[in-house]
Amino acid sequence: MSTRQLNEQEARECKTEQRSYLWGFGLALVLTLIPFGLVAFADVERMTLWLTIGGCALAQVIVHLRFFMHITLAKNKREDLLLVLFTVLILVILCGGTLWILFDLYKRMLPGMMP
Amino acid sequence: MSDATSLIFGRLGWDALPFWSMLDDHSAMSIINGVIATGAAGMVVLGILAAIVLVTWLGKWKYLWSKWLTSPDHKKIGIMFIVIALVMLSRAIIEAVFMRAQQAVGLDGGFLTAEHFGELFTTHGTIMIFFMAMPFLTGIINYVMPLQIGARDLSFPVMNQISLGLTAAGAALTMISLVLAPFSTGGWTGYPPFTELSYNPGAGVDYWLWAVTLSTLSSTLTGINFAVTIFKKRAPGMTLFRMPLFTWTALCTAILMIFGMPPLTVATGLLALDRYLDFHMFTTDLGGNMMNYVNLLWAFGHPEVYILILPPFGIFSEIFATFSGKRIYGYKILVIATMCIAILSFTVWLHHFFTMGQSAHINAAFGIATMLIGIPTGVKVYDWMLTMYRGRIRLSVPMVYAIGFIMLFVLGGMTGIILATPSVDYQVHNSLFLIAHFHNMLIPGLLFGMLSATNFWFPKAFGFRLEERWGYRAAFCWIIGFMLAFFPLYVLGLMGMPRRSVAYFEPQYVPWMITAGIGALVILAALLCLLIQLWVSIRDRHANNVFAGDPWDGRTLEWGISSPPPEYNFPVIPEIYSIDAFMTEKDRGQGWQAPDRYDDIEMPANSAMGVIIGITGLAMAFGLTWYMWWLVIGAGLVTLVAVIARGFGRTTTRTIAACEVQRTHEHWLEQVRLTHPIDRSLEQTTSNHGRPVPPIEGAVQ
Amino acid sequence: MSSGNTRALEGNSRHPGLNLGPAHAQEEDTREEMVFGFWVFMMSDLILFGLLFATYVTMLGGTAGGPGPKELFELKSAFIQTMILLVSSVTFGMASLALKYREDKARLVVWLLVTLALGLAFLFFELKDFHSMFDKGGVPSRSGYLSAFFSLVPLHGLHVTGACIWLVALLGQMAVHGLDAPVKTGILRLAILWHFLDIVWIGIFSLVYLGGLS
Ligand code: HEM
Ligand SMILES: [Cu+2]
Repeated sequence: MSTRQLNEQEARECKTEQRSYLWGFGLALVLTLIPFGLVAFADVERMTLWLTIGGCALAQVIVHLRFFMHITLAKNKREDLLLVLFTVLILVILCGGTLWILFDLYKRMLPGMMP
Repeated sequence: MSDATSLIFGRLGWDALPFWSMLDDHSAMSIINGVIATGAAGMVVLGILAAIVLVTWLGKWKYLWSKWLTSPDHKKIGIMFIVIALVMLSRAIIEAVFMRAQQAVGLDGGFLTAEHFGELFTTHGTIMIFFMAMPFLTGIINYVMPLQIGARDLSFPVMNQISLGLTAAGAALTMISLVLAPFSTGGWTGYPPFTELSYNPGAGVDYWLWAVTLSTLSSTLTGINFAVTIFKKRAPGMTLFRMPLFTWTALCTAILMIFGMPPLTVATGLLALDRYLDFHMFTTDLGGNMMNYVNLLWAFGHPEVYILILPPFGIFSEIFATFSGKRIYGYKILVIATMCIAILSFTVWLHHFFTMGQSAHINAAFGIATMLIGIPTGVKVYDWMLTMYRGRIRLSVPMVYAIGFIMLFVLGGMTGIILATPSVDYQVHNSLFLIAHFHNMLIPGLLFGMLSATNFWFPKAFGFRLEERWGYRAAFCWIIGFMLAFFPLYVLGLMGMPRRSVAYFEPQYVPWMITAGIGALVILAALLCLLIQLWVSIRDRHANNVFAGDPWDGRTLEWGISSPPPEYNFPVIPEIYSIDAFMTEKDRGQGWQAPDRYDDIEMPANSAMGVIIGITGLAMAFGLTWYMWWLVIGAGLVTLVAVIARGFGRTTTRTIAACEVQRTHEHWLEQVRLTHPIDRSLEQTTSNHGRPVPPIEGAVQ
Repeated sequence: MSSGNTRALEGNSRHPGLNLGPAHAQEEDTREEMVFGFWVFMMSDLILFGLLFATYVTMLGGTAGGPGPKELFELKSAFIQTMILLVSSVTFGMASLALKYREDKARLVVWLLVTLALGLAFLFFELKDFHSMFDKGGVPSRSGYLSAFFSLVPLHGLHVTGACIWLVALLGQMAVHGLDAPVKTGILRLAILWHFLDIVWIGIFSLVYLGGLS
């Protein structure tokens, strides 16, 4: 199969999209380097460290969704976005509930299982 | 056993045969239990042989293969799901009768061993949930939902076949476990550490694990299929808020399947890792923690009960509207209530283990969340009652089930609210009170829903009405039998009798137990009535034929096509302008029309994928259960190859010519013209051939 | 990046992941259903991973005197795996763009092969990691904590393995049938799976590795 010739607009779009992937890569890279760097080299207080790791992870998830998965706030994408948000809601309920319940149980009955 | 045989047969030996233990141990107890188990195994073997002989004798293998097993048609797949459900229902009811008989004479003993009783409640519970309820509702949704939204099939017909294959494989595995025993004794919930290898080294728990896993996979795929179909395949003009209520509940059920099944997959998967690879997730030693299992199981378990109950809610909504001759009262509120229930159902799972030891404030939070579900459910009950209010109610068979449902279900709901109070739950947890409560939800809710749906849509699927006399008998036997069998259990629970007890030592239980036993017999009679009803209806099928397609003066799209529908459902995809689309058409005198023009229709082609995956799934599960590793690996490879090879196939559709569509449709229209329209007083007579007199302003005549 | 352009790109998007746009209009409807269905499946899978994460956290204390994260994990190896997966996400993106704009089979195949190589490299490093953990006594039968680890991280690895097999199968289909509609749909869905697995990996390296080592 021969390569399709791009018209001007398509060429432009192609460039933009390519750049969008690279933007995603750059941002993700930064958001990876920060937590790894902190853990490897810095001597930070534990809670701050955990919060930073968590924050960077969340930000990176959003970067991936936006730049690699093309889930955006645009009007016609609402269905996908709603599905993601609904999943997040269920995840928060199930995982949050699990942690709440089990750590409470540990506190009362199995202190040995506390990390 | 020599090395070679154990390589081939794993740990499967002669002692798996149900009469084996009888040969060693000649005590009366052993003989009785051996005879019962052997009888059950014999029925399985005979049943399979009889089916094979029958099909061969009728010369129908080819027909069975090309018209059913490899058919991607959602209607046929739906019917096959329901057939599985009915077979498994019969087995599970017989098991229930045995349990009731045991407990009726169970003062200081009885005739069943504790092992045998344990297998009975485990298979009964597992089958009723995973291989009766799930296939039944999946079958009904499969059949009805695409017709209601004006679609020609589900979004993924081959995946639908695979779902069917997986469910059939799981059901077959539970059947095989009767012949090559034993099944698990760990209850349908399979709590570790009892189900861990160290306490339960036999094959029983593994049977249970893989049967449940097959069913879970099937339901996950089904959920995705239903949800995508409803989102993407609605006829033009059918906005979300014009969908029939049954389709709404199907959507919410599908969403619950998608998000509610994974916790079970995690729970059973981790238990399997414990049993097969010596993990320590739920063991009692080395840092394992069985409370995790309980948590995961019920994170599935509660959404599951709403998977079971939402479709009946939708079914009853259709039935109350149709047989009251009125539009459903409070359509929007019913939809919103359904959505609220679906979301709330993810927030209450802890009420199944209030007594596990967590702090009171956690119990309180989940208890309150549980009670909140009562609100949208109550709203629904009022909406149904207001639908009947001032309607022209016809007490047809589905309506009898529906009214039985509404009264008994409210009662069961009340006991649910009682159980949602943690301090009360501490008293009755794990007692027969709980058994009474959930049967009070599941039988009047789920089972009556399925049976009334069967009575309601059977004429659509097969082109003739189900005979009503035996239908009424079955319905009343169900209602009375249920009350006799389960109301005493509330009392027994309050008297302190634990669930899952093979025997007891309190003489004051006996009268209640005997009453419950009689109730179980009435339920058995109900099952017989259902079978006779089916038989009589098939015998009288010509007199009761409803080819014109609308025997109940229906309101939604599926009634506007022939009975049975053509495989493509609609000659042209209809356009929708309102809810109750078909009633609107009839109201305007626009029902039964010929389209301006016919087009070729593209339908999915037959495929053997479902059969292949079903068989390899069964083989893998069986091999895993008995440690026949060659079978597991072989079947796994076949699955992989089949899936990859399927990806290389390209002719996945076939075309039905426009002229054939036209011929079929015009033949039907001609028959409709020749059918004498009847009014509702003649609905249950042989003059009902599926064409009602026209309505006046949406009201039934 | 001008916003006008982005909007134009999003204007005809009908499903998650990259949309092929007007140049590939035929079979757009089935493609929309297929990709959306796959997306729904991913969400179901996400719940599965989420619960395994939560369960992992509850098992952190269950080391039963056996080795814990500090003894078992190596930051460098985790970093290498993270980088490989991240780069493979971008290379898959390039493959998608080659499909969308040029329908250039050669370029597409090259990018896919690069992605495949990265996937395999990831698996190699992961297995090497497990091997060294085993050597240090970090086997799943040692403790509840290790069981939880080995039920979570290898599951992700299994997903990656599945994705690699799928990729090879798609390359095979392309060789037989050319770049036809089912192959295109397959690549779009595989792309979603690939990016999804990278997102799950973010959770793994943050929670399991970085959380364990800090
Ligand atoms: C048709 C009439 C039925 C009868 C007579 C019946 C009877 C019983 C009995 C005697 C038990 C054991 C109670 C105990 O633990 O002491 C039981 C348990 C159970 N039943 Fe039924 N049942 C019926 C229908 C159903 C239906 C329709 C469902 C679900 C759709 C169902 C689901 C279950 C479950 C989940 C258990 C718990 C099993 C366990 O303990 O693990 N049953 N039933
Ligand atoms: Cu519940």
